[in-house]
Amino acid sequence: MTDVTHFRDEKTGLLLASDGTPLKTKLRQSLKTSRRRAFMLVAPLLLFIMASFVIPILGLLWQGVSNATYEDSMPRSAPIMRAWDGSSPPSEEMAAAIVADMIDARKAKTIGKVATRVNREESGTRSLFTKTARRAAKMEAPFVAALEKADKDWANIETWRAIKIAATSLTPAFYAAAVDMKYTADGEFVEQSEERQIYVSLFVKTILVAGGVMLCCLLLGYPVAYLMAHLPAKTSNMLMILVLLPFWTSLLVRTTAWIAMLQAQGVLNDLFVFIGITSDDARFSLIYNMTGTVIAMTHILLPFMILPLYSVMRSIPISHVRAAKSLGATNWTAFWRVYFPATVPGIGAGGLLVFILAIGYYITPALVGGQDGQLISNFIAYHMQRSLNWSLAAALGGILLAIVLFLYWLYDRVVGIDNMKLG
Amino acid sequence: MKLTTVVYAASALALSAGFAHADNHSNSDVKKALMDAQAAITKALAAMGGDAMAGGAMPSYEYPSLDGKQVTVVSWGGAYTKSQVEAYHKPFIAGTGAKIISEDYNGGLAEIKAQVEAGNVTWDIVDVELSDAVRACDEGLAEEIDMSILPPAPDGTSAMDDFIAGTLDVPCAVPTIVWSTIFAYDKSKMPNGPKTISDFFDADAFPGKRGLRKNPKANLEMALIADGVAADEVYDVLGTDEGVDRAFAKLDTIKDMVVWWEAGAQPPQLLADGEVAMTTAYNGRIFNAVAAEDKPFEIVWDGQVWDLDLWIIPKGAKNKDAAMQFLAYSTSTGPLAKQASWISYGPTRKSSSPLVGSYDGKPDLKMGPQMPTAPANFTNALQNDFEFWADNADELNERFNAWLAS
Repeated sequence: MTDVTHFRDEKTGLLLASDGTPLKTKLRQSLKTSRRRAFMLVAPLLLFIMASFVIPILGLLWQGVSNATYEDSMPRSAPIMRAWDGSSPPSEEMAAAIVADMIDARKAKTIGKVATRVNREESGTRSLFTKTARRAAKMEAPFVAALEKADKDWANIETWRAIKIAATSLTPAFYAAAVDMKYTADGEFVEQSEERQIYVSLFVKTILVAGGVMLCCLLLGYPVAYLMAHLPAKTSNMLMILVLLPFWTSLLVRTTAWIAMLQAQGVLNDLFVFIGITSDDARFSLIYNMTGTVIAMTHILLPFMILPLYSVMRSIPISHVRAAKSLGATNWTAFWRVYFPATVPGIGAGGLLVFILAIGYYITPALVGGQDGQLISNFIAYHMQRSLNWSLAAALGGILLAIVLFLYWLYDRVVGIDNMKLG
Repeated sequence: MKLTTVVYAASALALSAGFAHADNHSNSDVKKALMDAQAAITKALAAMGGDAMAGGAMPSYEYPSLDGKQVTVVSWGGAYTKSQVEAYHKPFIAGTGAKIISEDYNGGLAEIKAQVEAGNVTWDIVDVELSDAVRACDEGLAEEIDMSILPPAPDGTSAMDDFIAGTLDVPCAVPTIVWSTIFAYDKSKMPNGPKTISDFFDADAFPGKRGLRKNPKANLEMALIADGVAADEVYDVLGTDEGVDRAFAKLDTIKDMVVWWEAGAQPPQLLADGEVAMTTAYNGRIFNAVAAEDKPFEIVWDGQVWDLDLWIIPKGAKNKDAAMQFLAYSTSTGPLAKQASWISYGPTRKSSSPLVGSYDGKPDLKMGPQMPTAPANFTNALQNDFEFWADNADELNERFNAWLAS
């Protein structure tokens, strides 16, 4: 028998390890070593994610509030334009600086970038800039008059106000544009003209579609997951294969298959006409609209709902339901009061997974969305690839990210993230 | 002239048969033999006199050999890239020994911008639309091109005079083709089909769904022409708020019947599937469906909106010199004419037009009348105004998308 007091410091009463150091210190050391080992193990992945994911994304998000195109290429006029009050007539100093900058920017071949930047604030200023820059080298003082002589648009104060906004590198203008507002030269936010308002309704639409797809997936997936969890192994494996096969198939192939199924001359409409649900010249429009987007997205995201549900349902002992019934519960009560609450972690996991995937969905709406089935991600892609307005794309992406994080936080508050079970 | 055509056809045949094998360039003996043969034919042609030379798909150029060099050529894919491979790539590979990597893309400057800004430019020469060429040039994304490298026409006319007036104005780009947005219908389903652009917007006289590109470009112009605006006034009208309202009001009349397309390959498919009764499209795609797949489609040229495609060389391209050589060769008279025998996009050199023959493999199908610039097709035509779109694309796109969603 070991003498217990041997391991206790006589003065402090602290527990000691066999080599005489306090047990607490020893424990801390050993925890430290294992933490370091754990960190070393994840370090490659962490580095990879930082370099290829986190840093580029932060860089892009930064573009949403910072666009130094004007300041970089027109360094003389930028501070002068920022200092201007935005309402008094343009001064000679401003005009002279702009003309001098234009001459340099034309030489450096950056005038097009500047023109594009200013044009984002006021349509029509792009050609104004490139045209004026061509003549700038020959201009003489007084420059305000020389500019107005080159093009009458320089007499329009809106042109100068647009320059003032562009000259400010750190700007809320893009986030304002992303919520259908306009940031003016006076530092105020005003509503965008009505026929150009588009993004707010798109965000709302995207959230509603993601929610709708999530509900459809739940309604369709729950019974399937139940069957898979409770049928004999042979049948349930068969079902599992049926769920997994489309899961393994390329997204593009499945989307294209839906086009063949749903189009006006497609399989489904042919069937409807054949059994007389509709006539040949009144075929249903099932694709290239919102209906097509929801159908295709539901199908594609269904496995993300079924698999977490299945793994949760498998872990629920069927004896619980039997016990409830033996104590007098009806089928419905046994399901609703006993079985269903036990599946909530699976519903939470599947729902969150489907919702977050759906909110950023891109390819499927692009292919089958047609006129009104486009989601916010399609417009982010549009601004990245076509209009090259990366700052606006970054602002839209930033807002989308904020919405997802907010919903995640909300979920955590309401349901609790610990309750989520992925398997 | 007749001699020219015969020689042209014969040499083209020899080239395409021979170089189909040569372009994997594993067998240098075969290639050498072919190059010798080619040199011999060139000599023989030279002996026949200048006129015969004119038709030569046979390169009469004398560029330095590019053995071991490579050029990455980026274009729009499908039938269009095929026409370039046949007319430009194959003879160029044979003539210089260079290797060509052909890549497809979907237009726009995003990739070029990303490559140039990252300082890692993997594309050497890219086929772009005019508006993108101007923009790339303005924003310093493209190399300036020394236009003196462009060879003169066979009759000695300088390149500056040989290209259609105004098409060499962009200092970083050289045009290859004239293409056009037109509308087309299936004449097997509509024997008395539409004749004018107004018919496209006439839902009562011509019922059925319409295909339109999901982009305001060309749609707004066509809507205004259909509403009675003369082609040469379209952009003046569109420059005013009332003009834009008027164009959208015209589009409103068919909005419920529209199927929107995005990729150039979609419209012929929509027509073939019977998804739409008529659709706007790029003229070459419809032609290709007719010529290669015998589809009963008919093009309506009234109210066409035409545009250019051009080569640009991204700033900092790794194989800039080889790309410049490729550019000069492919935009010379012979290759431009030859491309037009594969797809119905008009050559941008005046000297190429008389050399345009028949569709490849179909001697009866003359290419001349299929071109957007053929006089019969060109009566009510509008050139896409890149400057207007550079200025107003942001605003009109937002408005168009808001209109779509409303």
